[in-house]
Amino acid sequence: MNKFCKGLAAIFLALSAAAAHAQQEPLVFDTTEQEARFAQLTTELRCLVCQNQNLADSDAPLAHSLREEIYEMMMAGQDNEQIKTFLVDRYGDFVLYRPEVKGNTLLLWLFPGILLGLGAIALFFTVRSRNRKLAAQRQEG
Amino acid sequence: MIGRLLPVVLFLGLGLLLAVGLKIADHKTEIPSPLIGKKMPEFTLPVLGQEELMVSSQDLVGTPFLLNVWASWCPTCRYEHPVITDLAKTGAIRVIGLNYRDEAPDAQRWLQRFGNPYEFSLADLSGRTGIDFGVYAAPESFLVDAEGTVIFKQIGAMTPEVIEQEILPRIRQ
Repeated sequence: MNKFCKGLAAIFLALSAAAAHAQQEPLVFDTTEQEARFAQLTTELRCLVCQNQNLADSDAPLAHSLREEIYEMMMAGQDNEQIKTFLVDRYGDFVLYRPEVKGNTLLLWLFPGILLGLGAIALFFTVRSRNRKLAAQRQEG
Repeated sequence: MIGRLLPVVLFLGLGLLLAVGLKIADHKTEIPSPLIGKKMPEFTLPVLGQEELMVSSQDLVGTPFLLNVWASWCPTCRYEHPVITDLAKTGAIRVIGLNYRDEAPDAQRWLQRFGNPYEFSLADLSGRTGIDFGVYAAPESFLVDAEGTVIFKQIGAMTPEVIEQEILPRIRQ
């Protein structure tokens, strides 16, 4: 029995070690700032395979490769803009969770503001007509 | 008056929005390639099955070709395989494979089993050339003209309709 337990424990240990190894590529950073920058950057980039996940969270093989690619570019001294340009050149604006403000993304950026403005206008007219109605009622009464 | 019409307008607006959503639902996950109209990315890759033979992007300039991204682990590649085979048989265009993130023995077994329509396949084991082409899901096919410019990209399975309507008219010009 004891032997069996030991064997089982060994198997579990081996499996968990394998799982831990599979989860993350061993990326070693020189400074904590670099590590934070990498974490920030990969959360802002979309995984192209599972399109509602970011690059930091995704376990797709392509996400692994792209993380390695970004890591190497960072280590080669490239800034965030260069790295983003590299990805946009290949995969388009879709890869950015925070797309730049430009011609074809203008509607995307302005729409919430437009919606808010329309709501404010609707509110203004509703309140005004209600006030008038109330005032008229008071005069009658 | 406006108050009474508002629900109708809202309803029609919502209906329109949903109709558009339904219309694009099939293609929602397809990302338009920023590569169209640009030179194909540079690469030098070994030929599958003849690893000592290296082919570069420069070697391929001169005649139009279809670069079909495939892998033995990709079920949709198997599904589109007869369509690619038929296209290659017509001789209308060079059909070159990009064997993407695949192990050579698996890839060769796959070709033996289902037939090899490709003039040759380039072995992109690491997927690095795939990244340069913006590949995110096999199968994908890139139509490259004689000058080496990418002129069309098909994401997902190749179909006879796409060949008839998108590929052939572009190479006949």
